[in-house]
Amino acid sequence: MAATRDKFGRPIVVVTGMGVVTSLGTGKADNWKKLTAGESGIRTITRFPTDGLKTTMAGTVDFIPVEPFSSTDLSERLGELVAEEAIAQAGIGTRSDFPGPLFLAVAPVEVEWPQRQELGRAIGASTEVDYDAMLRVSGGGRFAQYHRRFLFGSVADHLAEKFGTKGSPISLSTACASGASAIQLGVEAIRRGEADAALCVATDGSVNPEALVRFSLLSALSTHNEPPQAAVRPFSKNRDGFVMAEGAGALVLESYEAATARGAQILGILAGCGELADSFHRTRSSPDGKPIIGCVRNALSDAGIVSDQIDYINAHGTGTPENDKMEYLGISSVFGERAKQIPVSSNKSMVGHTLSAAGAVEAVFSLLTLEHQRIPPTINYDIPDPAIPFDVVPNKARDARVTAVMSNSFGFGGQNASLILTREPV
Amino acid sequence: MTETKSSNPAAEVWITGIGLATSLGEGLDAHWDALNQRRINVDEKGFAPYIVHPWAPVNFDSQIPKKGDQRQMEAWQRIGTYAAGLALESAGLKGNKEILARMDMIVAAGGGERDLAVDCNILNSEAKGNSAPGFLNERLMNDLRPTLFLAQLSNLLAGNIAIVHGVTGSSRTFMGEEAAGVDAARIALARIAAGQSDIALIGGSQNGERKDLLVLYEFGDFNLTDKFAPVWARGDKRGFALGSGGAFLVIESRAHAEARGAKPYARLTNVVADLARRNHPGEVTATLEKLWSKIGKLGNNGAIITGATGAEPATSEERAFLGEHPDFAVRASGTAFGHTMETQFPLGLALAALSISRGALFPPNDPTGLEVEMSNPPTQIVVIGTGHWRGEGMALVEAIK
Repeated sequence: MAATRDKFGRPIVVVTGMGVVTSLGTGKADNWKKLTAGESGIRTITRFPTDGLKTTMAGTVDFIPVEPFSSTDLSERLGELVAEEAIAQAGIGTRSDFPGPLFLAVAPVEVEWPQRQELGRAIGASTEVDYDAMLRVSGGGRFAQYHRRFLFGSVADHLAEKFGTKGSPISLSTACASGASAIQLGVEAIRRGEADAALCVATDGSVNPEALVRFSLLSALSTHNEPPQAAVRPFSKNRDGFVMAEGAGALVLESYEAATARGAQILGILAGCGELADSFHRTRSSPDGKPIIGCVRNALSDAGIVSDQIDYINAHGTGTPENDKMEYLGISSVFGERAKQIPVSSNKSMVGHTLSAAGAVEAVFSLLTLEHQRIPPTINYDIPDPAIPFDVVPNKARDARVTAVMSNSFGFGGQNASLILTREPV
Repeated sequence: MTETKSSNPAAEVWITGIGLATSLGEGLDAHWDALNQRRINVDEKGFAPYIVHPWAPVNFDSQIPKKGDQRQMEAWQRIGTYAAGLALESAGLKGNKEILARMDMIVAAGGGERDLAVDCNILNSEAKGNSAPGFLNERLMNDLRPTLFLAQLSNLLAGNIAIVHGVTGSSRTFMGEEAAGVDAARIALARIAAGQSDIALIGGSQNGERKDLLVLYEFGDFNLTDKFAPVWARGDKRGFALGSGGAFLVIESRAHAEARGAKPYARLTNVVADLARRNHPGEVTATLEKLWSKIGKLGNNGAIITGATGAEPATSEERAFLGEHPDFAVRASGTAFGHTMETQFPLGLALAALSISRGALFPPNDPTGLEVEMSNPPTQIVVIGTGHWRGEGMALVEAIK
């Protein structure tokens, strides 16, 4: 690799470190082993009672101890773990002095039910609970830690402090595309010459009763509770919704110039990013697929490549009736007949939908695909949907020559993002 | 520290649209009049002992024509979608499908408005001994309106703006209290200055009349209580009064603006931001001083519009900083508008651009004398955003020569 700038004259953005945690395990090795073995991390929920719920399974991360426990605390801990792994691999700065900004994709932080119930108890059984009563017991410092914990910016604040990132950290949300957007912000900062390195982290630890109910009320979740491992069926005729999951992904991005100057090992290239908003509906995609098509085309043109150069598509592939159909429409419109041949698989079939983390978790898996030249499968693919004639790499991983991967993320509120990842600069 | 500057002459960035809908009314004329009359709209009774700056009712139909769209939103999204529409109108872009389709958007958002009745019903039932394992699940499944989640989600303010106004370039939502508003402006400016974008809509909104939001700040004893006082006059009764309001701006490259004949209000020259650890006294003051040194070349005809919150020790530390720059007349937007959190910095930018375009700094509103009259038209206004807990930011807004 001789040139430090891409064909558009922009600094080439490389990946020098990666970290990942999912319901499959902690770290790249554990996750990759299970992902390529076609294992599922979806289990029946044991964290809280599931009586009365239509969906009783999720891809929870239950093996990371967090005390005190809250979804926000879990999200932060997962973010810490993946940032640590990525920074250690990159060998950049020190553990607590990262030479660049932090871009964090995180679920909107909010006061959760255990804390609300604690307020209820503080009010006492003899007083009617209303928000005036809650306000009366909230002050005086007794619950000061809940102010610090439940600010929207708290996770980024703590990660910025722990890892010594520079400047003002950004907490962002683009719904299910958040992880990809965090990476995109890092790419843009490096391309602008604003930074030589960026820490892009995406995390989601939000499997709690209200979150589950919220998605359930929108009829978005699979109710195929038994066996849980078979619930997520992307592109299948009998798919019935997504499964909530927890996880985190982190990338250390650097300019090619800065990475090579310090002798870093280059794991891959962030060749292009595309995005496009959809104005059709708050949860559904425009039926003509134009925003998804536009997003995919934007990513290809940002990378300066054509669709023929993509060897594998890491799909958004949530397993909802709607998304999978729209993803096929979008891909087939851009890739033409090749859409039926190019491998398109969904990591979500195994790790579930890691929501705010998905775009980054799947970017890491895409980079591992490039590293190992092995494509993870779409599991639970028993009954193909004839309307979606993808080669989904059904049920078993496949060795393949992969030089360029497209990773898609399409979210609620019309947020579409696509990343192009390669081994070498294009 | 991160900073963003238009270093390439071709990438000068202008503010070409301003949308304001707050406790003082809607639109630029209404706000200019209110500020010049020193009018403040506070409610000391409705949320007593807390104080809020309540939303001045508007006809939502004028910016959100479909009732169905209005019903899908909670108040903060209606306020924001309305103000965004005003900004697009102000920029002469309403209905310009070609530009709107590729317009980028960065929204600074909170969200999470609770259904207070559902919450209280659950807590009351639990107090009466309802503790069956599935009780919480059952109540939430039965009592929550299915579309409430969409009204709570932080990125759905941007989503609604896309749906209602057709803004469909890139769409990003930043969270993180006051700093989110600073960084929305910082990143949007950086992208345009570097040629990664031509035109962007930036801003935010808040519904301050929310008891659940008051609870979060009450945890930290941040709410102003009993009697209203201007920001600099709160003394021991420290804290902020939440405000309802939306502030959006259209910013675009000079080339893009000139090509379509857009008239600018002012230039957005630079935005800088940092995150002081605030482990020791004086860190905020020192950080503000560092930002000041990076904001750009400052002359002697400038003013400061700050979103100082009244929270401590941040406000006192900011006063110490302001004391080092007495030649800049100061205005605290929190006095007239309350604290709109994510929206405060976009609000400051809007007031700066408005003032520059009207050729005057609006009068002081401060019994302590910290705010002084400014007789000359300001040619430079530094907008300051010091977070009540974390985050420091500054912007330089300048008259276009």
